[in-house]
Amino acid sequence: MPQASHVSVSETPSGATAPQAPVLALEHVSLAFDGKQVLRDVSFALLPGHTKVVLGASGSGKSTILKLVLGLLRPDAGRIFVNGERTDTMGEHDLMRVRGDLGMVFQEGALFDSLSVAENVGYRLDTEMRLPASEVRERVDEVLGFVGLRDFLDRMPSELSGGQRRRVAIARAMATKPGILLYDEATTGLDPITAITVDREMVKLRDLEQVSSVIVTHQLRDAFYVATHEAVRDGAEVRVVPADAAKADEAEFIMLREGVIAFEGNAAELRAATDPYIRTFLS
Amino acid sequence: MTPMVEWLKAAVLEVQEYVRLQGAVVRATFSRPFYYRDIVEQFDRIGLGTLTVVVLTGFFTGAVLALQSGITLDQFGARPFVGRLVSATMVKNLGPVLTGLMLAGRVGSGIAAELGSMAVTDQINALRALGTDPIRKLVVPRVLAGFFMAPVLTVIANAVGIFGGWIIAVLQLRVASSVYWTSVVDGLYLQDAWMGLIKPFLLGFVVTTIGCHEGLRTRGGTQGVGRATTSAVVTASVAVIAVDFFTTRLLITLLY
Ligand SMILES: Nc1ncnc2c1ncn2[C@@H]1O[C@H](COP(=O)(O)OP(=O)(O)O)[C@@H](O)[C@H]1O
Ligand SMILES: [Mg+2]
Repeated sequence: MPQASHVSVSETPSGATAPQAPVLALEHVSLAFDGKQVLRDVSFALLPGHTKVVLGASGSGKSTILKLVLGLLRPDAGRIFVNGERTDTMGEHDLMRVRGDLGMVFQEGALFDSLSVAENVGYRLDTEMRLPASEVRERVDEVLGFVGLRDFLDRMPSELSGGQRRRVAIARAMATKPGILLYDEATTGLDPITAITVDREMVKLRDLEQVSSVIVTHQLRDAFYVATHEAVRDGAEVRVVPADAAKADEAEFIMLREGVIAFEGNAAELRAATDPYIRTFLS
Repeated sequence: MTPMVEWLKAAVLEVQEYVRLQGAVVRATFSRPFYYRDIVEQFDRIGLGTLTVVVLTGFFTGAVLALQSGITLDQFGARPFVGRLVSATMVKNLGPVLTGLMLAGRVGSGIAAELGSMAVTDQINALRALGTDPIRKLVVPRVLAGFFMAPVLTVIANAVGIFGGWIIAVLQLRVASSVYWTSVVDGLYLQDAWMGLIKPFLLGFVVTTIGCHEGLRTRGGTQGVGRATTSAVVTASVAVIAVDFFTTRLLITLLY
């Protein structure tokens, strides 16, 4: 199905040993900041190629979960696994290797504002992997084409709109073809039209690149959009179309409430939930 | 009592964190990978960026030293010794301290503001997520630049200061040029030169590490960046004076 002409399939054979082993797992994770409990006994697993949508009000601990997965923070209790390796006890040196298969889209993009769009997107390829300039250029072109920003190579981040900045952040996160992408409120603060373009990038990455993803958001509209759509190749063209029911079931939802998982299930179960907190969130 | 204890605990923790940063910097300086481009850039920014202000303060300090000491020396009929006073004071103490203070004001604050805004916008986290150690990429280049440029800037400040003193000596105090220069050289001993050269290395290190420390630990948005910047300048300035005192004390025992 995938064609070599475009961004190719992730080279990391995630789950090569057991086909359905989770690429990412949190087990009974707890964390407190200055005596304030931010996460309490959080557990979930992400299967290869699947999407985990993390919902929750502002301050409920969503960003903290992603930072734990990246090893930017360490849990007080519990265990974290990435691609089968336990990371919460790992040293910074080994973590750097693990992060090679993780792409993160930070809440406001977190683009380096002293670097151009091209330098941001090619940062890891150039500065860390020290690939030849021509190869970096080629890959940067490719991923910026993927998010539809090929004409913005030489812009500085301050010259971009909010939506463009998120898309550059996505391009930067996917530049090294990680097997797992983490999106922290990639659509928050965007108008509905721009938000849908960002949603479509997430769908495309999942369906065309077989990327496993954790999507943190408090916007249900975007969460449902990603869950209920799929990307298909139509000749040279990529189209995002409504998915069939089986596909839509693959996206799992988690709702966090003050650091505790208050709901876990698929889109249909979420819609049918009767818990008053979830009902408030859905309305 | 409790707030006092709390405050003490926080202070001890912060010093501990700062010392840990210093250790990490030293370790990162002597192991791969290095970010050469950033190192070169920081030498340029910290060295050239501070040059103007160091030249100006050096010049006026030398000039005012000559003016003031001219009056005092006249009371002993010792006006020809003005060169000796200017050179000894500049080289041993004022050159390093002034350069240190200028670095604190210009470089310490700049580093804290830059790293602070990177911290509050998650750019530091983004660096780590992309496989870069912020200590190596951000801190080491700035500390190296401060460590090696501070002595260079100090020597320039000394030279300009002595030149400023000469202008006042000749034009205002009517001391003959040759008398001034002979006196300048007479006032300098080898130990003084060592003293004046060792101190700025330490001051450059202290100012840049404090700037980095304040920057990296910044929390709380734009306001936090403002607080970090102010705190960096204040802490670094006090540290410059204090470190100058203690190293002077130590070097006197060692050198003289
Ligand atoms: N570095 C930190 N130090 C102290 N408290 C923090 C820190 N980061 C986050 N918090 C607190 O943890 C809670 C959860 O934060 P976060 O995960 O960012 O929430 P969300 O992304 O769901 O809005 C918040 O109450 C926040 O104030
Ligand atoms: Mg958040």
